[in-house]
Amino acid sequence: MDLFNNLIFGFGVALSLQNLFYCFVGVLVGTLIGVLPGIGPLGTIAILLPITYSVSPVAAMIMLAGIYYGAQYGGSTTAILVNLPGETSSVVTCIDGYQMAQQGRAGPALAIAAIGSFFAGTVGTLLIALFGPPLADVALKFGAPEYFSLMLMGLVAAAVLAQGDMVKSIAMVVLGLLLGIIGTDVNSGVQRFSFGIFELTDGIGFIVVAVGVFAVGEIVNNLGERQERRVLSAKVSNLFPTWQDLKASAGPIVRGTGLGCFFGVLPGTGPAIASFSSYMLEKKLAKDPDRFGKGAIEGVAGPEAANNADAQCKFIPMLTLGLPASGVMALMLGALTIQGIQPGPQVMTQRPELFWGLIASMWIGNAMLVVLNLPLIGLWVRLLQVPYRLLFPAIMAFSAIGIFSVNNSAFEIHLTALFGVLGFMWMRLGFPLAPMLLGFVLGPMMEEYLRRAMLMSGGDPSVFVTRPISLAFIIATVLILVVMVAPSVRKRREAFTD
Amino acid sequence: MNREFLERKDFWSGVMLIVVGGGALFIARNYQFGTSLRMGPGYFPVMLSAALVLFGVYFVLQGLRAGAEKLEGSWSLRALIVVPLSLVVFGLLIDRAGFIPAMLGLIIISAMASKDFRLVEVLLFSVFLTAMCVVVFIWALGLPYELIAGIW
Repeated sequence: MDLFNNLIFGFGVALSLQNLFYCFVGVLVGTLIGVLPGIGPLGTIAILLPITYSVSPVAAMIMLAGIYYGAQYGGSTTAILVNLPGETSSVVTCIDGYQMAQQGRAGPALAIAAIGSFFAGTVGTLLIALFGPPLADVALKFGAPEYFSLMLMGLVAAAVLAQGDMVKSIAMVVLGLLLGIIGTDVNSGVQRFSFGIFELTDGIGFIVVAVGVFAVGEIVNNLGERQERRVLSAKVSNLFPTWQDLKASAGPIVRGTGLGCFFGVLPGTGPAIASFSSYMLEKKLAKDPDRFGKGAIEGVAGPEAANNADAQCKFIPMLTLGLPASGVMALMLGALTIQGIQPGPQVMTQRPELFWGLIASMWIGNAMLVVLNLPLIGLWVRLLQVPYRLLFPAIMAFSAIGIFSVNNSAFEIHLTALFGVLGFMWMRLGFPLAPMLLGFVLGPMMEEYLRRAMLMSGGDPSVFVTRPISLAFIIATVLILVVMVAPSVRKRREAFTD
Repeated sequence: MNREFLERKDFWSGVMLIVVGGGALFIARNYQFGTSLRMGPGYFPVMLSAALVLFGVYFVLQGLRAGAEKLEGSWSLRALIVVPLSLVVFGLLIDRAGFIPAMLGLIIISAMASKDFRLVEVLLFSVFLTAMCVVVFIWALGLPYELIAGIW
């Protein structure tokens, strides 16, 4: 039983004292930023990336992953208690969760959210363990044309499925690709777009872009909006859900997990889509849909399971194919590269401790969250009272230290400021930012694969459609585009965004 | 002449893409293009920049359409200037004056971006946060920066 042995090996890695510690720090920080609106997992992971340089790759990935799924938990806590979705993934949870809290059932709502998330996390972990190795085996046979087509598919899917204007997403991917190739061309040694600036010969730092856009740009954007903060802390008494609550939630949790896993492996779909779909499904299945919006526990259980399953399954394409399916995964990929690990299918065979340790740690982290979250609710609610006018200078301070510690370069600090301005401008113009980051990460790789594929085929572009695996990716890419451009889907998509 | 398009999101999106794409195309004209078989350093950038320009044209046309979405929502010019400026100040101070002055400058200046700026509170907070960062980042994590240049 390979799976079993592998998981035991993984738990052996994850249960080491150091890794447990980083897992704990990760989920704690994750919950914290999940609770605080105005700073998301993307910004936080970007800011904290430099700190992970000094630790082992396994510990770094474990901590960053912890931040990611911890944020989902934290986001749902505030959604239920104060009707304030800490993360976009928990917008749906507000609907019925907050109603439950108003009816004095905040405890059961929080508990069900935690149980649902934990179940989904467990299933997600098992799925990665099950499907990771075979997927990686297939991927090991890929040549340059396959990789190019795969990345093309990933980028197109990410752009098309992301929320917001589809054409703008694709334009952002292209812009990201272009930003990614700034620096010295590896083949010819030519300096591209470096404007004679010495610091740009190595290209723009990945962290500079991520922090600039997702931390600094986001702050500028937040400051423009009218600040509104309601702190209505509902009293949390009687945490335990009744037997009836549990029975009513079991179905939604299982279905939500299924939906979340499905959307999870698709590139570009944020957890909001998974949780929203789960909510709609439960409402449709319910005998008395009127209860939804008035504190139906199914409306908390399903979406919470869905968003956690989605978060977990996003790791599958990243770990096995080296293909980031979301902005956070692009950051994880960047973290791997910075640690000197070439992402891709070979990670599993060359660094098994990384792959299996990370998977096991996700399960441990999910368990920690259940234990950690419930007793700390009071603390989280109090944290919500930290005013934004003090919160954002603190975020700025951590961002600056994070960036500067990478290369001790003041130039990169200034470049971050520039990307903050750009990020804000893009947000205002309605350009989604995550696709840009995906393009930025994949840019240099795509160029290299395209080059190699063309050399292989003697300059004949048909190589992409004559090799079966590559052809499959190309067909999938075209299908995604056709389906999404179809008027009916387009209309529904717009309704979704609203 | 109706100037309404100047308020439209898509119009400015298009302008932005044309400027970036056109600029990149202009710079990339000096890079060797190569052939499909042996792609030169200019091949990929030229393709991408050209695509950006095309996207830009598409959006400008969209923006000229009557009824296209307008730029809406409040935003703060003050934040747009002050927040990046605080980073620039940090960048200038950290090499010349040391970690502590850079942190204080960054925190105090960035706090001014908020309409809700309270001087005394921010001064106290900046001292607290700087002290915390010195403990965590310099002493505990061992980042090798001078606290005050030439002195500490």
